[in-house]
Amino acid sequence: MAGQEQIRPTRRGGDDEGPDSDGGQVSATKANLDQDVDGLLDEIDGVLESNAEEFVKSFVQKGGQ
Amino acid sequence: MGVRRVMGIETEYGISLQGAPHANPMVLSGQVVTAYAQAHGIRAARGSWDYADEAPLRDARGFDMGRGVAHPSQLTDEWGSDDDPTMANVVLTNGARLYVDHAHPEYSSPEVDTPRDGLIWDRAGELVMQEAVRRLAASPPGINLYKNNADGKGSSYGTHENYLMRRSTPFAEIVRHLTPFFVARQVMCGSGRVGIGVDSKVPGFQIAQRSDFFEVEVGLETTLKRPIINTRDEPHATADRYRRLHVIIGDANHADVAGLLKLGTTSLVLELIEAGAIRESLTVRHPVATLQAISHDPTLAALIELEDGRKLTAVQLLWRYAELVAGHVERTGEGSEPHTAEVMQWWTQVLTKLETDPMSAAREVDWVGKLAVLQAYRDRDGMEWHDPRLKAIDIQWSDVRPDKGIFSKLRAAGRFTELVTADEVQAAVTSPPEETRAYFRGRMLDQFGDAVVAASWDSLIVEVPGQRALHRIPMMEPQRGTRAHVGPLLDASSDIADLVDRLRADEPT
Repeated sequence: MAGQEQIRPTRRGGDDEGPDSDGGQVSATKANLDQDVDGLLDEIDGVLESNAEEFVKSFVQKGGQ
Repeated sequence: MGVRRVMGIETEYGISLQGAPHANPMVLSGQVVTAYAQAHGIRAARGSWDYADEAPLRDARGFDMGRGVAHPSQLTDEWGSDDDPTMANVVLTNGARLYVDHAHPEYSSPEVDTPRDGLIWDRAGELVMQEAVRRLAASPPGINLYKNNADGKGSSYGTHENYLMRRSTPFAEIVRHLTPFFVARQVMCGSGRVGIGVDSKVPGFQIAQRSDFFEVEVGLETTLKRPIINTRDEPHATADRYRRLHVIIGDANHADVAGLLKLGTTSLVLELIEAGAIRESLTVRHPVATLQAISHDPTLAALIELEDGRKLTAVQLLWRYAELVAGHVERTGEGSEPHTAEVMQWWTQVLTKLETDPMSAAREVDWVGKLAVLQAYRDRDGMEWHDPRLKAIDIQWSDVRPDKGIFSKLRAAGRFTELVTADEVQAAVTSPPEETRAYFRGRMLDQFGDAVVAASWDSLIVEVPGQRALHRIPMMEPQRGTRAHVGPLLDASSDIADLVDRLRADEPT
């Protein structure tokens, strides 16, 4: 749950102004992403359907709302 | 009022029987509902839904569409014989409805009164579907379900939001001020899709699952010629006081932050409209074409041209709405209400990230998280966008099985920001929200399930042993029947006859 303080959005028009709170975090997140991207793909490789083409072909839905 | 209002989400799940792509989806969907219902002692075959008050062909603009001109798929209030499994339809003790909607199993969440609860009871629906799949897996090949909205071959199925509004707000004002918001909202709430066009023929990635399927600005249909603003006027409540705004343009979300923002920012924009607080025109020149252009540009550079000639990115347009909301809740004093503050804080953070570097919102926004994974694959294995492996990842992203669903795996690995706990979601599978009439519905099913003959959003029909006539309990006020209203009365009732007597005495619902 967020704190009680009021947050007033301010539009950040130009690129002269970075985000005040997490500009540092953004690049940190990117670096982390690059770093463990191999681990990420390994995780997914482990569960991916073996025959992608067949799997995609057989995923056929009737339209809904 | 801030962000609080009665709301809910209906989700149609994609369904597949491995190795049998053309198996009858209505029969399969019936099996899903029946598997869950039987395991929990709920009588699916009794088709326990009271349709007396449903009117899906009523149009918010003020006229009824004749039955003769309606497409059969619009006739959601007609149902077959009690023993037809494709009409399986049950109410759960958490106040939700689980049933077969056309060719998909659908979980309609109970009415909640905060976006946060909307998130919790929507995720509870994922667990319901997950359990059904687990039970069906006992008879191979089982049936798999996917919380997504497109099959990549031309079909789409919906995730609809519902918001209770004041009847007095002119519908034209809703159309005028909500359309631009919906054109832009997808950059915060889209779930991402591999392929461009309804049939994904053009290789590429786009922001929203649903955007390509919208053809008109305003209309009654939901299965064909889909409109940005849906006019279905079926309030499930006192009609001269309330409207239920039926929103069909959203994607199914997995990411908590995107899900919270979908419900929260929309509720706040509706509050602006109800208060008459939008005094400028943000009308978009070509809403349908722009909706699609925005979806097709993950760099978020695409421009929205307004009727007055201004050109804004989707993020800039959303900033404008966020500023108007912030000014409004500051004036009303609702800005410090915790649920409103939570939504405003995430709204600001996500827009900041999206405009700084869209990919920095990978932990908060579904399409960004999905694109990050797909891009990593492309980089590692040199895949082109038409590669079936990327399409497979897109579909499997939404598999409800925790060991197969890619989103589930990544969330378990801590790669998405979670706003609600697993315990809260688990509890919501069986317990109703406490601040709406869903509490009464859910408690009744839990405590007197055998006596409930039929239910709907706005009524319950109960059978009292020894009495020939059935009792119909209307629930036309969505904010009555809460725990505060009926909790003590239900606690004190020894049996259904006792409860009916007590209800007669003080008519609390």
